[in-house]
Amino acid sequence: MGALWVVAEPGAEGGLARISAEAATLARELGSASGRDVIGIVIAADPAPAAKELATYLPVVWAIREPAAGEHAWSAVAAGHIAALANGGEPPDVIFVGAGADGRDLAGAVSALTGLGVLVNAIAVSWTDAGPSVEMSVFGGRLLTTSGFTGGRGIITVRPNVTTATPAATSGKVEPRDSATKATLPAVSVVEQVSEAGAQAPIEEAKIIVAGGRGVGGPDGFGIVEQLAEQLNGAVGATRAAVDSGWIPYSQQIGQTGKIVKPDLYLALGISGAIQHKVGMRTSGAIVAVNRDADAPIAEFADLFVVGDLFEVGNALLEQLRARSG
Amino acid sequence: MRIVVLVKPVPDPASAGERLGPDGRLDRAAVPAVVNGNDEYVLEAALKLIEAAGEGEITLLSMAPTTAPETLRKALAMGATRAVHVTDPSLAGSDHVSTAKVLAAALGTLEYDMVFAGIVSSDGVGGVVPAAIAAHLGLPYLSYAAKIEPDMGNRSVRVRRISATGYDVLEAPLPVVIGGTQALGEPRYPSLKGIMAARNKEIVTKSLADLDVDTSGIGGAAATTAVLDSRLPPARAATEVVRGTPAEGAARIVDFLAERRLI
Repeated sequence: MGALWVVAEPGAEGGLARISAEAATLARELGSASGRDVIGIVIAADPAPAAKELATYLPVVWAIREPAAGEHAWSAVAAGHIAALANGGEPPDVIFVGAGADGRDLAGAVSALTGLGVLVNAIAVSWTDAGPSVEMSVFGGRLLTTSGFTGGRGIITVRPNVTTATPAATSGKVEPRDSATKATLPAVSVVEQVSEAGAQAPIEEAKIIVAGGRGVGGPDGFGIVEQLAEQLNGAVGATRAAVDSGWIPYSQQIGQTGKIVKPDLYLALGISGAIQHKVGMRTSGAIVAVNRDADAPIAEFADLFVVGDLFEVGNALLEQLRARSG
Repeated sequence: MRIVVLVKPVPDPASAGERLGPDGRLDRAAVPAVVNGNDEYVLEAALKLIEAAGEGEITLLSMAPTTAPETLRKALAMGATRAVHVTDPSLAGSDHVSTAKVLAAALGTLEYDMVFAGIVSSDGVGGVVPAAIAAHLGLPYLSYAAKIEPDMGNRSVRVRRISATGYDVLEAPLPVVIGGTQALGEPRYPSLKGIMAARNKEIVTKSLADLDVDTSGIGGAAATTAVLDSRLPPARAATEVVRGTPAEGAARIVDFLAERRLI
């Protein structure tokens, strides 16, 4: 019986990425359900901070010191280690990673190096006699599927917000570890890291998203979207039209060629709700829309639809929210 | 400069008609296929690079059912040089593992400096195949590209990879595999001239027998994953529509959020 592994992705300032804390919480629950060991794995130039944090969630964390991870793209370096460990004497039953950029890159490379299959974008995982049973939301949220591994083992990429990261009752231990072989993949140099003004936490992790569309009218129009997001302690999202117009960076785009999100609240301002956008947000907890066009498609799937000018309603809302919290 | 662009025909997401067949596999005949959205962005990036260099060629590579040439013609009409279509009855139901192996084997028959892939497909949304292909080929993988800058003199490429806070500049020696995003820029519409020219462009068909690949681990029969069950998501409650003054609309939103403990 193999263990369940959680591979920690790089977080801000050498810490643990939130998605990895969530994946660890999920894996710990499945470990209890299946009677399997759960092991966290951190691969970094200095694995200590993230390993210590991951050990608050899991009983055992392997800390792999890998100097190359400091100057190279993480996934190829990490995949070499994970594949070497997985192909070694104690193959895991499941490897969990986040369904974000680093997790997907790692999952693809480890899959190729190990032959393990990948179930992607898990929104829930349970344990059955045949191994993990993975729930996914597909076709832009129009269908829910349950999938499994034909061989009972594999890699699972986990969506953000599928569980609340919850530390274990007692902290686990961190063990320095090395993998026999590594760097089986060519490393990619990181020659520069650039922070852009207004950069925010990954939008997929936000509990509340306030999003603007074409109706916002221009970059200045995003002021009300940003103010409401700040007041609600949420993130700013946008449609492709707003991104293509250059009003807001691509990182905030929700929809078919952008991010897929599932916040507790999606507040849509001046968004018509075209299918390309809908597929990125329709599974949100509550959807509130403000639009002048009473016939906009979003009227059909919002929970609350306010017919009105987004600036007038938005400013009134901001005022009332401030009064309430003041 | 030789660029291979991976193209996946996907059920048109705008149709909202994608469905699974009785075998739990995507029913590819249910709705018309289109070029995967992210693949159009990387194809556009490839076309711009070739135009800027004043030389070079773009080969489209697709592993897809026999109907794919129809979709590939649209990508050829944008300006690609030729297409290679890998198709074989035993490939139906292929998972990520098989797909990556077959595409890597097909790339083994081609010459290229760079392989471009859309970062994620709109049907599977896994985003793992390009990384797996790079791993099979032992090539550097540069992902989530917002900008691609090859330096043919030095045989290297720089890519802006979108990060949580901005972007990282990655660099690797050619040849490489690059996964690209919409941030690369809006794809062009095929011109009438392009559409006419595409009719006569070469689409080479290859079967599994034409590739150097171990067929035992390939195709639907060898799939590592299976859909066991599917169901419709719970229906959303009916929409509550509010008309009135902005203050009234805002007040209803505040109450709605408070009722659900969102504020």
